[in-house]
Amino acid sequence: MLMHQLLELTARTMPDRIALVTDGKRLTYAEVDARADTLAAALQDAGVEPGDRVATCLDNGLDAVVALYAAMKCGAVLMAINPLTKRQRLAAVLNDARASVLVTHAGLLDEVGAALATNRSVHTCWVAGDVPPAGADTRCRPMPSTEPGGSPAPVPTTDQDLAALIYTSGSTGEPKGVMLSHLNMVSAARSVNAYLQLTADDVVFSALPHAYSYGLYQVLSTFMVGGTLVLERSFSFPVKVLQQMAREGVTVFPGVPTVFARLLALKTLADHPVPTLRIITSAAAALPDAHIHGLREAFPHAKLYAMYGQTECKRVTYLPPELLDERPGSVGRGMPNQEMWLEDEAGQRLPFGSTGELVVRGSHVMRGYWEKPEATARALRPGPYPGEMVLHSGDIFRTDSDGYFWFVSRKDELIKVRGEKVSPRDIENVLCAMPGVLEAAAIGCTDAVVGEAVKVFVALQPGHVLTERQVIQHCASRLETVMVPRHVVFVDELPKTDSGKIRKAGLV
Amino acid sequence: MTDNIKATVRAYIAENFIMRGDGSEIAETDSFMEKHLDSTGFLELVTFLEETYGIAVDDEEMLPENLDSLNNVDAYVRRKLAA
Repeated sequence: MLMHQLLELTARTMPDRIALVTDGKRLTYAEVDARADTLAAALQDAGVEPGDRVATCLDNGLDAVVALYAAMKCGAVLMAINPLTKRQRLAAVLNDARASVLVTHAGLLDEVGAALATNRSVHTCWVAGDVPPAGADTRCRPMPSTEPGGSPAPVPTTDQDLAALIYTSGSTGEPKGVMLSHLNMVSAARSVNAYLQLTADDVVFSALPHAYSYGLYQVLSTFMVGGTLVLERSFSFPVKVLQQMAREGVTVFPGVPTVFARLLALKTLADHPVPTLRIITSAAAALPDAHIHGLREAFPHAKLYAMYGQTECKRVTYLPPELLDERPGSVGRGMPNQEMWLEDEAGQRLPFGSTGELVVRGSHVMRGYWEKPEATARALRPGPYPGEMVLHSGDIFRTDSDGYFWFVSRKDELIKVRGEKVSPRDIENVLCAMPGVLEAAAIGCTDAVVGEAVKVFVALQPGHVLTERQVIQHCASRLETVMVPRHVVFVDELPKTDSGKIRKAGLV
Repeated sequence: MTDNIKATVRAYIAENFIMRGDGSEIAETDSFMEKHLDSTGFLELVTFLEETYGIAVDDEEMLPENLDSLNNVDAYVRRKLAA
């Protein structure tokens, strides 16, 4: 089965069930599927062929969901881009993937227009909301109506086709597109749904961006089982979110530690119970003990799932909620239909009770990085069975004697801000390009709000003076928000190893 | 101090979230959520308003109608200061 066929199946078997609650609308499965058909036909009319990349740069909402399935229905590859992405990164991603179509919103045209100015691959940019202004890029035109009625011409498809490209930051900073086939995505979603026991009776609340697999899969997984997805644009207004969760009878609440921190900081949290909630899932970063206690107190009927995964295979482990106290800090063991183990530097499989790099095998493991054969070869290597590649995650874990996993660190020191991987080298490159900067090093430091924050150490060229504010502004105009340093420390020089490399272990 | 709430907030958003120019492109009715702020950004905006105007933003007041445009922030801060 392909991902969109699972929506079509649900639309046939449960046409009148509510699939999506968003933007003040309630849509049935039949309506969502019919709208996706209409937009898929429009994509084909615009010249989209199987394998083309269709990018979306949209807030969570009906258009984003319809565009997602429309792209898949015409055999195209979905690329969901975070709508707060700045112009340079947006252009870099569109150029790397050679996207054909971009679907965006009128409110974002400043950044999108600037990105399109340095992109040639996009032949059609659909703009939802207002009509594009007169001076907009000539490729911009109003997004076609998605009112039901159209149907795309059938295209040859197999579950080996690429369904999505999800962009992450590589350790050298260039955009890296994780290639996921329909088989990869359906396999991952099935395994997750199996351990969460997600059913058509579930009402899932999501404000997670579709640009990350955790957000994207909330749509896919819910629609696979015929549940209802309550989709919000953000967690910016937490009381409103809680009131909506209560009103809609939400049963599943996926979040990340920064979101939970936001909720638990509310003085009036106890005034906004969500009695229907049966599951809270947490991914992207370790869940602090204080959050566990706070969430249990606030949502006493909800089981709490601590999980670990990476975009390259979506999900790897989960800790059964009843073991949360017994194995504090653990991300659990492998989810169904996969195998995982730790390896040492020499590639030897390690017994339980060891520390090493996590290796994963299963049909959810990505097809590789888009047009990055070297990075792909580092991540995907021959496994124990002939012809099968396994994923070397680059993440260091330890196991206890029963085989439960604890995350230790990134193999290459990536910083994790708000659950997003931030490459120190990206930040250092930008810093070193700043006039007056001699050398720079970026590390992660513990931060109460965002989990880990970026701290930079900067040595200036003789005779130059810079302020912390200037350094932060320089970074902020060139880097995504999560990569912008929170702390700047000026030093005379950075500690070095004997070979002259900056020694980060000496920086705190 | 209340004369230029919009100008103060516009400068704050421009300096901390847009990082380019003086914020003149922010229309008074533009949604911050749509263009500039994620949820941590709103938290920072709330802290800024509390420190700048000596007000306390209650949980129940963290709403788009109070915080999600220059006009909304202006009206909200004025209401708080008058209360």
